[in-house]
Amino acid sequence: MTESARDGEYDEWLDSIESDDGYYLECSNGHGWLPPRRVCPRCHDQELSAVDLPESGEIASHTTITVPTPQFEDDAPYVTAIADFGPVSVTGLVRDVDPDDVAIGDVVGIDVGERVTTGDRAVVFRPR
Amino acid sequence: MSDPRIAGASVTHFGKHPERTGRDLFAEAGLEALSQSGIDPDDAEALYYGNFMGELAEHQGHQGPLMAEAIGLDVPATRVEAACASAGTAVREAVKTIRNGEAEVVVVGGAERMTNIGTAAATDALAIAADDLYEVRAGMTFPGAYALMARSYFDQYGGSHEDLAHIAAKNHEHALVNEHAQIQQEITVEDAMEAPTIADPLGLYDSCPITDGAAAAVLTTEAYAEEHDLDAPVAITGTGQGGDNLALQDRPHLAQTPAADKAAEEAYGDAGVGPDDVDFAEVHDCFTIAEVLAIESLGFYERGEGIAAARNGETTRDGDLPINLSGGLKAKGHPVGATGVAQLATVAWLLDGSHPRADAVPDSTVGVAHNAGGTVASTTVHVMEVQE
Repeated sequence: MTESARDGEYDEWLDSIESDDGYYLECSNGHGWLPPRRVCPRCHDQELSAVDLPESGEIASHTTITVPTPQFEDDAPYVTAIADFGPVSVTGLVRDVDPDDVAIGDVVGIDVGERVTTGDRAVVFRPR
Repeated sequence: MSDPRIAGASVTHFGKHPERTGRDLFAEAGLEALSQSGIDPDDAEALYYGNFMGELAEHQGHQGPLMAEAIGLDVPATRVEAACASAGTAVREAVKTIRNGEAEVVVVGGAERMTNIGTAAATDALAIAADDLYEVRAGMTFPGAYALMARSYFDQYGGSHEDLAHIAAKNHEHALVNEHAQIQQEITVEDAMEAPTIADPLGLYDSCPITDGAAAAVLTTEAYAEEHDLDAPVAITGTGQGGDNLALQDRPHLAQTPAADKAAEEAYGDAGVGPDDVDFAEVHDCFTIAEVLAIESLGFYERGEGIAAARNGETTRDGDLPINLSGGLKAKGHPVGATGVAQLATVAWLLDGSHPRADAVPDSTVGVAHNAGGTVASTTVHVMEVQE
């Protein structure tokens, strides 16, 4: 990958989160997905439109990872969680909270942060 | 349509063989399976071969023809990749090829070389079975993914790490007499509880090891087996495969595996049996929680009830429904691309009485193999039965 290469709509989506203008894609039947996505895999609808991502979500599950991949070597231990934001769920790193204090049902906001190990961008959740 | 008979099967020792190439591992298993089958290798008409991380671990793609060559076959050879369900999916392709009359003799197998690249790189390689954009970049590892599923299960249905520890202890005990197993070491529930954490709530003993190994089987038609007077009493009578969203975040439930539900339903329907007819099963316990999810999807337990099965002694070798008599992936080891065929071989040996744990299931007639890929975005289920 060249230094300037971007991952299309995924990076655009990260940009939107970074600028507090996050969105998700919704089909006409209300199923939500994250980009890039051209069709709703649940109902085959191809009329997907961008909808504002709720400002806060709720942690559905979480884990503190102590054995990471090399790309997260200096991040460990870190918390990865899936958080529900209305019709979509997002996976991200939980920051600004003691790992022992993270719980299902916690309300979090979504942001973009940096991985400690590589400096690459990553989805980050912070308590709200 | 003929249900394929298993004419021969072989697995290598599963464990650390960092100095052995994938082609050498597969050659050992494949040549032994061919030898056991009693079939002239010139009669083989196709090879389906499971492998997941060959490009990363050995810088080797296009492994189908390489592996055919390694076992001396000049046949159409296809590598099948469905993460950890690669070999189960290869079995399914072999079954279809025999059933549709395209071939009378098909070799199916798989191999994986993993320990040569070390734990960190293997963890990285395994992670790419998840969604790179939305999971891997958020720090997801496979222990991490199954930890998310375990925590969700506990939240929805109850259960505890101690319940999972009973699964680990059971599968280690089952593996004690399995000479192919990577870990032939008894552990207690307390050992499993006290092991270092990898991704909480899962610890070291909730996870299968990183493994090198290969497995192969030779499938043929009933007519060919009769004509050549082969000893092949076990048939694959049902095959099923299910899929799901790749990323956990896109699924309605984190504590259910609908891909396995679909695969089981299809395989049972194909075989004309139900979960109550099954005498034992080899299921994909890459992590202890995965065994729970598998036995619920296979219809042996209602949702939320599989967690206590090992603790209650129901799935131990002296229980009503022994699960993972080989030791499972947990103790036998999990050379990713070989696992589905190793399960097939184990079920066949348990049914024909040649497996060292066959005494746990005497007179059994129906066994099931459940092979899951990724966080169960791919699953195959195969029903095997002893034929008259």
